[in-house]
Amino acid sequence: MPSPRYWREVPARLRLEAGRCAACGKVDYPRRAVCSACRSRESEPLRLTCRGRVVTSTVVHVAPAELAMEAPYAVAVVETPEQARLMLQIVDCDPRDVRPGMEVELEFRRIRSEGRAGILCYGYKGVPAG
Amino acid sequence: MREVAIVGIGMTRFGELWRTSLRRLFADAALGALADAGVDRVDSIWIGNMSAGGFVDQEHLGPLLAGEIGMSGVPATRVESACASGGAALRAAWFEVASGAADLVLAAGVEKMTDGADVTSVLATAADQELEAYHGITFPGLYAMIARSHMDRFGTTEEDLSWVSVKNHRHGALNPHAQFRREVTLEQVLRSSMVAEPLRLLHCSPVSDGAAAVVLCPADRVPRAGKSRPAVRIAGSGMATASMALADRADPAHLDAVKLAAERAYAMAGVGPGQIQVAEVHDCFSIAEICCTEALGLVETGHGGRAAREGITSLGGRIPVNTSGGLKSKGHPVGATGVAQVIEIVEQLRGEAGDRQVPGAAVGLAQNMGGSGASAVVHVLRRV
Repeated sequence: MPSPRYWREVPARLRLEAGRCAACGKVDYPRRAVCSACRSRESEPLRLTCRGRVVTSTVVHVAPAELAMEAPYAVAVVETPEQARLMLQIVDCDPRDVRPGMEVELEFRRIRSEGRAGILCYGYKGVPAG
Repeated sequence: MREVAIVGIGMTRFGELWRTSLRRLFADAALGALADAGVDRVDSIWIGNMSAGGFVDQEHLGPLLAGEIGMSGVPATRVESACASGGAALRAAWFEVASGAADLVLAAGVEKMTDGADVTSVLATAADQELEAYHGITFPGLYAMIARSHMDRFGTTEEDLSWVSVKNHRHGALNPHAQFRREVTLEQVLRSSMVAEPLRLLHCSPVSDGAAAVVLCPADRVPRAGKSRPAVRIAGSGMATASMALADRADPAHLDAVKLAAERAYAMAGVGPGQIQVAEVHDCFSIAEICCTEALGLVETGHGGRAAREGITSLGGRIPVNTSGGLKSKGHPVGATGVAQVIEIVEQLRGEAGDRQVPGAAVGLAQNMGGSGASAVVHVLRRV
């Protein structure tokens, strides 16, 4: 990934910055130009709470080449208390135990590294709550 | 708008076609369609293709492929909507004829997937790169999440998923163009290797090369070659989008774009799902056939899982789905799929589907989908 692209994505990816619509209150992650519910163009940044609940999930056995060494790993759609939804890996548990309804905390982790002398790419992963 | 007829069809066999290049695949399908229509040139060409750039480092397919069939000079453009590219190309061609801008138009789809690219990564570009692919999700993974949602909500089982594959292979065994012209058993599906839980290898469509093409013209100007057989009209065309990221869908098991596209196509055709006699739906994964048949209204919501098990969607059942073998058995060269689906329906409506023929079929539907359901194209065809 070219570094300007990585840098641009820092607010959403490293600070979990979403947008809350000034008109209807809908939270979109990441923040958008236009609200997905009411099409208002006014929103304010909102940092998501670092916990959530699994909406649906899978365990990836056949992975993209750069993550092949990590398979099998769990990936889930997680809903935060602000009702924003994001896709994350769920780690520090048996991936088979990740199921809809599971409570997770979001932790800052390394997501991937890009070859020799490439960028180390960070972001959030879910871990079992409590 | 003018009524539009499909007057020529042509396709290659689907499969790992090591000896055949992207341009040759296109030429074989296009020349087949022209011969079937009894014409030797067209006014315009639309080419559905997801990622020749990613698979074989080739963009700018319009002039490349027009030149390959001796038609340099005509307008020719590539259309991209991920795995719905073929359906989108057909829709562009339909617009051009329906509007009166052109009289004879070729709609084709082509994909060359087996030349060594990292197919999983190229296909993942049809997901949201920043929000989904970055975290290591794959296409089977996205559909696996849809499957888990469906199982969680409606009690759909791994066996239900597997019956879709068994049924489509049974159909595909009868199709000379199919990549896998053989049946599979329920046990083989349930014991195949895990790809993304709960989806196993035999719940997934294969990596394929192939091309398909159709010729369109105004319904009142059918070339002489087509006059000896039943004419097939595009009665309705609908397209819709839904949120790109699966996370943004209120219910991951519900394919909103498919439902919307179908409503638009049904309204234009003046038919309802109850009048559809044969359907090709986008079974890139077996769960996709389940969710699509529900979104199209062919089966009740939540009942898609049992439809294949109970034979409702088999040849001989109430609404035969994927008589071609579907993407699962026929193969899924992604850009070609939407056009190949329409060819199966044209053959059914002409009464030329051989062992796969649905007796008396007069109204059929083809549904093509891109990404995890973010793009959907539905065409309703009618014999006249």
